[in-house]
Amino acid sequence: MRRRDFLRVSLSAAGGVAVSLAWPPLAKAEEAMEPKLPPAVSQPLGAFVRIEPDGRIVIGARGCEIGQGVRTSLPMLIAEELDVPWSAVTVEQLDYGLEESGTPAKLVSRYGPQGAGGSTSVRDGFTELRLVGARARWLLIQAAAEEWRVPAEQLRTEDAQVVHPDGRTLRYAQLARRAASLAPPAGKVLLKDKGAYRIIGQRVRVVDGRDIVTGTARYGIDSAVPGALTAVIARCPYFDGAIARVDDSEARRIPGVRQVVTIDGPRRGVPIDRNLAAGVAVLAEDFWSAQRGRQALNITWTAGPGAQDSSSALEQRALAAFDQPGKLARQDGDFNAARRAAARVIEYTYIEPFLAHATMEPPNALIDLRGKRALLIASLQSPGGASSMVSAMTGIARSDIEIRLPRSGGGFGRRLENDFVAEAVLIAQKARVPVKLVWTREDDLQNDFYRPFGVHRLTATLDPSGKVNGWAHRVAATARKYRAADMDDDPDWIGCVDPDGFPAGCVDNYLAEFLPVEFSLPRGWWHSPLPTFSAFPVESFLDEVAVAAGQDPLALRFALLGAPRELDYRDHGGPKVHTGRIAGVLREAARRIGYGRKLTPRHGIGLASHFTHGGYAAHAIEVVVPERGELSVVRCVCAADIGEVVNPLGAEAQFMGGTICGLSAALNLQITVKEGRIEQSNFPDYPLLRMAGAPDVEVFLLDSPFTPVGAGEMGIPPVAPALANAIFAATGKRLRRLPLGAQLKT
Amino acid sequence: MAIYLTVNGKPASFAGDPSMPLLWYLRDHARLTGTKFGCGIGYCGACTVHVDGMARRACVTPMSTVAGHAVTTIEGLARAGTLHPVQQAWLDEDVPQCGYCQAGQIMTAVDLLRRKPEPTDQDIAELTNLCRCGTYPRMRKAIRRAALALRGEHA
Repeated sequence: MRRRDFLRVSLSAAGGVAVSLAWPPLAKAEEAMEPKLPPAVSQPLGAFVRIEPDGRIVIGARGCEIGQGVRTSLPMLIAEELDVPWSAVTVEQLDYGLEESGTPAKLVSRYGPQGAGGSTSVRDGFTELRLVGARARWLLIQAAAEEWRVPAEQLRTEDAQVVHPDGRTLRYAQLARRAASLAPPAGKVLLKDKGAYRIIGQRVRVVDGRDIVTGTARYGIDSAVPGALTAVIARCPYFDGAIARVDDSEARRIPGVRQVVTIDGPRRGVPIDRNLAAGVAVLAEDFWSAQRGRQALNITWTAGPGAQDSSSALEQRALAAFDQPGKLARQDGDFNAARRAAARVIEYTYIEPFLAHATMEPPNALIDLRGKRALLIASLQSPGGASSMVSAMTGIARSDIEIRLPRSGGGFGRRLENDFVAEAVLIAQKARVPVKLVWTREDDLQNDFYRPFGVHRLTATLDPSGKVNGWAHRVAATARKYRAADMDDDPDWIGCVDPDGFPAGCVDNYLAEFLPVEFSLPRGWWHSPLPTFSAFPVESFLDEVAVAAGQDPLALRFALLGAPRELDYRDHGGPKVHTGRIAGVLREAARRIGYGRKLTPRHGIGLASHFTHGGYAAHAIEVVVPERGELSVVRCVCAADIGEVVNPLGAEAQFMGGTICGLSAALNLQITVKEGRIEQSNFPDYPLLRMAGAPDVEVFLLDSPFTPVGAGEMGIPPVAPALANAIFAATGKRLRRLPLGAQLKT
Repeated sequence: MAIYLTVNGKPASFAGDPSMPLLWYLRDHARLTGTKFGCGIGYCGACTVHVDGMARRACVTPMSTVAGHAVTTIEGLARAGTLHPVQQAWLDEDVPQCGYCQAGQIMTAVDLLRRKPEPTDQDIAELTNLCRCGTYPRMRKAIRRAALALRGEHA
C-alpha cells in the first residue's frame, strides 16, 4: 500500500501540524484486537489529532452529541493512548466525513461511525479510537528517536512528552512537525494495559460544560447562514391527509413574511421515507413573523383515509388479534403441550401506549442548496441518513454535501429520522433561498415517529412441583415494516418482540409470537426501543408468576436464570446474553436497597432487570402509596454492568437520567389518537417529570471486566416494571397498563 | 416607535412587532442564542431570562412589556469572565447532559437564590423547569452548593 493512502499532512491555520491518519480497514489490520467488528467500523479513519505549537492537543470528536456524552468519552479514548494529560486537550467537533478512496473511487467514511443510536458509540470506538491515539503516539516516539538518534524502543512517553532514558524530554509540540512527515506504523501498535490508564476510568466532566453554562454552546437551532429565511410549516393534522385549499393572502401581509410554499406529504400505502405530512410553509425574516404568518393561513384539509382512526379502536383491534395465530418469532420445546399438561396456567395482558420523544430542542434544520453543493447544519443522530436523503432529493453528490454536527438538545431516537431535513430541502427547492426550518413543540408532539402502542399477552405454565416449564409472549402491535422504506431483510416484529430476551433459553417450552396490527401512526425508535417495550410486560409478569407460585420474585428470577452461562441473543446488543450478569445486577440492586427487610405499611419494594443493547441494568424501587394522596418514590436504586467504564461520572449521569426518563414514561406519558388526530399538543398534556417528581437515583456501576457497551439506554427499561412491582408490593394492586399515574388516582 | 431596553448591561433597541416575544428578539435579532426555545407557552422554562433581576419566561414576554427594562440573559450572567456561583456549581456537579435546558435552569436557580438564599428542599422542589435528560438530582446538589458559595461571599 502506498504511503499517501495512509498519511496526509497539512498545516493548520494556527501553524500547527495536522496529523491526518487514514488507516486500512480495521478488520484487515492485524492490530484489530476485538473479535470481528461490524462493517460500519471497518472504514478508513481520518484526522483526529492535531498538536498546536503552544502544546495544546486538539482531538476531533466524531459522534453526534445528543447528551450522551460522546464529545467527552470518545476523545478520552484517543487521549489515553496518546498519553497526554486531559487538561491539555481541546475537543473539536468533526463534520460528517465522507471521502473518495481507492480505484475505482468509492465513497468511504473518513472518521468511522458518526451516528448516535443503540448505545454503540463507545463500543464501536473503544479499540478503534484508542488505536488512533496509539498510532499518533508511535509517530511522536519515532520522531524523538530520530532527533536523539536512539532506538525508539528505549523511549517512553508521559504527559505529552517523549522521555529519553537519561531523563531528557521533548514535548509533543516540538516533535509534531517531524512526526507528521513520517510513515505510519507498518506493524502492530501496542495498547496500554488497563493498569496504566490515566484517563479511562476517571471521573471526567462534560467537555462543553463551560460553554453550556455561559450560553455559548451551539445547537442546531442556533445556526445561521447569510440570507437564510426561517420557515415554519402548517402540517395536515390528519394522517395521510392532504391540502384541499390554501388562502395565504393574509399571511403574506404579515410584516417579515417573504414566501409561502406548499409541500406534499406521503400517501397511504407508500413508505414514509421523507417528510411526514403535507403542509404549507411560511418563510419569514425571523421565527416570530413566520409563526404569525402560519397563524394567518386559511387552509382547508382533506382528512384522508386515517380520519377515523382512534386509540380505542386500535386497542380493540389489537385485543381481537389474539384470536388468530401469530407470526412465530421463537419456539423452544412445545409450549402448547406444556399448557395442556400444566398443573397451573397463569395469563395476563399488558398494554403500553404510543410515546413521543419530546426532545427539549425541537426538530430543526438549516439547508443551503448552492447549485452542485449543499450545506446542512442540524441537530442529527443519523448524519449518514441525512446525507443520503439530501443527495437523493437534490441530485447533489454526497461528497459535495457538507454536514456540520452541532450539539443536539436531546435525541432519544427522534433524530434517527431525518424527516425534518427532507422538509427543509423541499422548502428550499421551492423557495430558492437557504432555509432554516424550526418546529414548535406542537409540531413535535403531533408529528413524530412514535414508540409503538402494544398489547402483550403473557402465559406461564407451572408443573406440579411449581416450577415454570412453559412461557409464551405474544405481542400485538404495528409492524416495523409497516410504511418503512428500508427494512426488506428484517422480520416485521423487529422492535416489538424480544424473542431471545429473558426468560427465553431458561424455560423448556418457550413461544414468542407477533400479531401485526395496522394503524396510521408512523412508528420509530424511542430511547431503548425494544427493551423498554418488552421489559414492562415481562418483568411485571415475572412478579405475577412468583406470586401465583408462592415464590419470592427475586428467588424466582435467580431460579430461572440458573447457572451463569451465555445464551444466544439475535437482536441488537447480541450475539450473546449472559445470565450471570443479569443475576449480578439484580443481586446488587437488591442488596443496595435492602431487599427483604421489613417495611412499614403502604411501602413496597419492586425489582426488575433487563438486558439492553449489550448492557445489564436492574432497578430496585421503594415506594409509598398512601391511602389518599400521591405515590412517592422513597428510594430508587439502579445497578448496572456495562463492562469497563470509560467515564464513570458520565455513565452515572446516563443511568440517573435514564431512570428519571423511565419514571416519566411509566407514570405519566402517553400519546393518544382521536378522530384521526393526536390529542396531545404541548408539555401540559405530555407531562415530563419536573424537579418535584424526580427522585435521587443511587447508581452503582459494577466492576466489570467486559468490553464497554455504552450507557445511554440501559437505565430505562427496568424502571416501569420495578415501579409497578413496587406498587403491587405496597398495595396489592397490580397495574397492567401504562402509564400508571392516572390509575393510582382513581 | 422603537422599544428601548438594556440587554446584558448594554443599550439596545427594537423597531419591529411589539408583540414579538422577548425570546425571539434575543435569538433572531440580538443573536443571543443561549436562551432556548422549548414550548412557546411559558411552561418548560428553557427560555428563562431575568428582567430587572427577576426570572421571566421570555417566550411569553412581549417586547412591549420590557421597554425601559433591563434584560439579563445567560450570556450576561458571568462578570468579567468570572462565572456566577450558580454557573460554577453547575460545572462542579457536572450537571448538563444535552445541556439545552440548562441556561433556563441556571437563570431560574439564580432567581431562587436571590429570593431565598437558604432554600429548603421544598423551595427547590417547586422549581418547574423541565429537563428531558433528567439532570434534576445533580441540579439539586448544584443549587445547594451555589447557595453555600453565595452565602460565603456575602457573609
